[in-house]
Amino acid sequence: MNFYDNRRYVFIVFTILFGLVFIVRLFLLQVVDTSYKVSAENNSQSHVVMYPARGLIYDRNGELLVSNQAAYDIMVVPNNVRQFDTTEFCSILGITQEGLLERMNRAKDYSWRVRSVFMKQVSFDVAAVLQEKMFKYPGFSLQSRTLRKYSRPVASHILGYIGEVDKGILENNEYYAMGDYIGVIGIEKSYEEVLRGEKGLKIYLKDVHNRIIGSYEEGKYDRPVKVGKNMTISLDADLQEYGEQLMQKFVGSIVAIEPSSGEILSMVSSPTVDPNLLVGRNLGETIRRLSADTLNPLFNRALMAQYPPGSTFKTINALVGLQERVIRNQTSYYCDYGYYYRGIHVGCHSHKAPLDLIGGIQHSCNTYFCNVFRRIMENPAYANTEEAFNHWRNHIMSFGFGEKLGSDFTNELKGNIPTAAYYDRYYTSGHWNFLTIISMAIGQGELLITPLQMANMTATIANRGWYYIPHLATGIEGDMDIDTKYLEKNMTTIDSAYYSPIVEGMALAVNGGPGSTARIARIPDITVCGKTGTAQNPHGEDHSIFIAFAPKDDPKIALAVYVENEGFGGTWAAPIASLMIEKYLTDNIKRTWLEQYVRRGNTKKEQEETNE
Amino acid sequence: MVRRNNIVANVDWITIFLWTLLVVFGWMNIYSANIMNGDGSVIDFSQRYGKQFIWIGVSVLLIVIIFILDAKLFSFFAYLLYGLMILMLIAVFLFGKEINGARSWFAIGGFQFQPSEFAKPFTALALARLLSSHGFTLKDLRSLILAGIIIFTPALLILIQPDMGSTMVYFAFLLVLYREGFSQNIMILGASLAILFILTLLIDNSIIILAIWLIGLILFRIFSEPKKVFLGMLIPGAAIFGIVFLGNLLLEKNLAVYTISLISFIAICFVILIISLRARNPGMLKILAGMFIAVLFVISVDYAMNNILKEHQQQRIYVTLGMEDDPQGVGYNVNQSKIAIGSGGFSGKGFLNGTQTKLQFVPEQSTDFIFCTVGEEWGFLGTALVVILFVILITRLVLLAERQRSHFSRIFGYGLISVLLVHFIVNIGMTIGLLPVIGIPLPFFSYGGSSMLAFTLFLFVFLKLDSNRLELLR
Repeated sequence: MNFYDNRRYVFIVFTILFGLVFIVRLFLLQVVDTSYKVSAENNSQSHVVMYPARGLIYDRNGELLVSNQAAYDIMVVPNNVRQFDTTEFCSILGITQEGLLERMNRAKDYSWRVRSVFMKQVSFDVAAVLQEKMFKYPGFSLQSRTLRKYSRPVASHILGYIGEVDKGILENNEYYAMGDYIGVIGIEKSYEEVLRGEKGLKIYLKDVHNRIIGSYEEGKYDRPVKVGKNMTISLDADLQEYGEQLMQKFVGSIVAIEPSSGEILSMVSSPTVDPNLLVGRNLGETIRRLSADTLNPLFNRALMAQYPPGSTFKTINALVGLQERVIRNQTSYYCDYGYYYRGIHVGCHSHKAPLDLIGGIQHSCNTYFCNVFRRIMENPAYANTEEAFNHWRNHIMSFGFGEKLGSDFTNELKGNIPTAAYYDRYYTSGHWNFLTIISMAIGQGELLITPLQMANMTATIANRGWYYIPHLATGIEGDMDIDTKYLEKNMTTIDSAYYSPIVEGMALAVNGGPGSTARIARIPDITVCGKTGTAQNPHGEDHSIFIAFAPKDDPKIALAVYVENEGFGGTWAAPIASLMIEKYLTDNIKRTWLEQYVRRGNTKKEQEETNE
Repeated sequence: MVRRNNIVANVDWITIFLWTLLVVFGWMNIYSANIMNGDGSVIDFSQRYGKQFIWIGVSVLLIVIIFILDAKLFSFFAYLLYGLMILMLIAVFLFGKEINGARSWFAIGGFQFQPSEFAKPFTALALARLLSSHGFTLKDLRSLILAGIIIFTPALLILIQPDMGSTMVYFAFLLVLYREGFSQNIMILGASLAILFILTLLIDNSIIILAIWLIGLILFRIFSEPKKVFLGMLIPGAAIFGIVFLGNLLLEKNLAVYTISLISFIAICFVILIISLRARNPGMLKILAGMFIAVLFVISVDYAMNNILKEHQQQRIYVTLGMEDDPQGVGYNVNQSKIAIGSGGFSGKGFLNGTQTKLQFVPEQSTDFIFCTVGEEWGFLGTALVVILFVILITRLVLLAERQRSHFSRIFGYGLISVLLVHFIVNIGMTIGLLPVIGIPLPFFSYGGSSMLAFTLFLFVFLKLDSNRLELLR
């Protein structure tokens, strides 16, 4: 029917030809060549991941703070599991049959073929027993992991803790596998890459009976394991422990810095947690419990609590006033229980009057600083309040306020220094002046500062005009260096000379005669400089604040203490700060009566609370 | 009543028997390849063998439907079905799910549906309709272009999914054209280019150019009249080559041998061109054109390999040709496949006993590499059996196609044959290391609902047409 009929034979021949070629090839492959049989027998690879020990952490005096302890996870590949004696298995592990089933199903849900955690952190004894009998349980294996051990029950906020990686991390970072640990917060997180080292890999060849025959390709594809690097932090463990004890009955924080280097000597956030509780199998449960606690023990107040600075801020306003040349040391104001202007009244406690600048600081006179603030905002050198405000704000920002300081914590907050634009939006441009924002004169209003920023400010004053970014890490093993930004001096916009009256005022506040607000902080033989603060709290009692540094000349420690809801700065914050200074400088507390007073805490308040 | 009897009497039971054998044996191997994931119950629908069981069931249903329908419907609706299928291929870009970097699947409910599989039978329908239409001839350029459009439109759409493997299947339809009278010479040209392609990769290019020149020369010797023309070519040819070579040395240009060969070649071509025109020998011009095309091809192969093909595709070809040894990377699949098949020995390790299969060493072992399970568990006996089954099936189909009176039926039949042939050759060839890894399934054997349904549709529409061959005259 068709001229091309014969072409059918091409198709048939073609087909048969290929069929023959295949059959011949198959014959050669399957019958003649026996090498494949052998290859099949030895085809199995076993990838063993080796986990390095995590880097150790030492305090500034070389004391070991964080070390490692071994733990074992039981891993399973559901696909490889065969029938086994479940009774014996369960009894070794100490679980029920239901528990076994539940865990198996969980593993199967995750994946049939990828290894996952069957049971976390079994004890060494269990692991040892299981290891011997491992051949009875195909599909199961032991994975050794390192957990952390803390030599002292302190500094959990600083040191942080490690936990299992979550899905988000797994998706974004190839290094981590399911069941790995990663630093969650604190130093463990900030320096995760330093501390974790590098996982190693060994590939073994196994035969069809699952026995190891040797190394795959003589280890060509293996990766050597790199141990985590140790590091030193600037923390003083004794001081830290002492601080946490002092704060036991209080809610708040202490931050202590070495002014000459910016190294953080201590950072206390109360209430706190024993870091050893944040280790191990029950970590998840513990975290859940702690998160539900109304006082929020996991919350690091030193970095993340934003408070109004209160009267401590007067020091800064004074410095700005001097720099802007709207006041001088001798500038004095009269105070009659407060500041009155156009119907606005800012109250002040009773003290001698009039006061000059040093006196204003020594006695913490609100009126004085309202006047200073007005002078700053109505500076004739500038066209309007807005411009004056912007200049004021620039000075403020140079102390590190309103932005993250850039320390080696990952969870700093910025605080808040409002901008002129903010007030413009709220009050419309040209419709606000110093009176509208007068509360900022005494450290209230929209100002928000974290304790870290406060301590940094104190260090700046102690240094008479500059600071190093506060940081914890001081040294990393090997060739790694800490970030160079910690070695750079940050200058404020205030001339160094203007700091002396402020320092003088602070010295007198502690060591001056009656009326000095911080006399309770005085230490014999040491010139402590300090400033009290009382931050108004719309939700409850005022917060008690104290900043201090010592000694006055060549200061070794600068700190900020915040005690929530405890009234006047002089009441609790000052004694705590003073004790911290005494402990750090003399290593010994002579004023045990003060110590006991603090340790006892606010018994009146406690009584009130128990009576309710 | 009468019609049904006709069907039963006229349908080709041999083919149905072969189909059943393949489907059942295929299913057994899928079962073995997936057994460790579940508890072994045949109707475990969460496992692949359970799902395949469903697909086989649905296929049987499909067969019944096909046989109930009137045979003339297929040719009647050919273009419509083809058009619908093109729309599907476009729609998959908009609504399809992206899997492994390619948008080839629709996901509806719990099922996945791959339009590129169904494109094969429907393209065959459209092509058959076109080629059997009144006044169609393959000598006519316009008709050729139409055929080309029908074949290559779906191919192009599939290429950009991207799915290189499925695209290549469409070259099978060229075989249909061949059966219908397409120029034999072009087929030969195609085959020659394929061989040239392989040689280009294996051997250094300058040698190839030299070889082309020599072959051209020999052809001249055979076909040219004045014998002395041959010598007249050889000497100047050698001379030109020598001049260029020396020139290179003297001028210290440091050209590669390749470039020297190229330059010489072009020079020689000019000479020959002049001589041919003078001698007014069209045959010589043809040979010259052939040589020129060949060299052009060599150059473009080089360019395409290095600049157009992706890294892993280049690798696959090199590995197949034995030029690269890459047991961990691209060569891994094939290596594992050969190990699995090779370890089966003469009679295999027995049903459900394949260690390589069990331990999942062979990737894609339910789909593209299902043949490995056969090899490992059933040995040479099993693999030879499968090969023979396919050979018999295809041969039988050729016989059936030839006994059709209707052009449409015959052409459609050859569409079926060509597609089956390509799948058969490429899939098995790939698993035993004779061809590069191109991901296409083994018909009726590999796991996959779309594949099973599409091929069953393909086969049984043809069987239906065949059973009605006495009625259909067009």
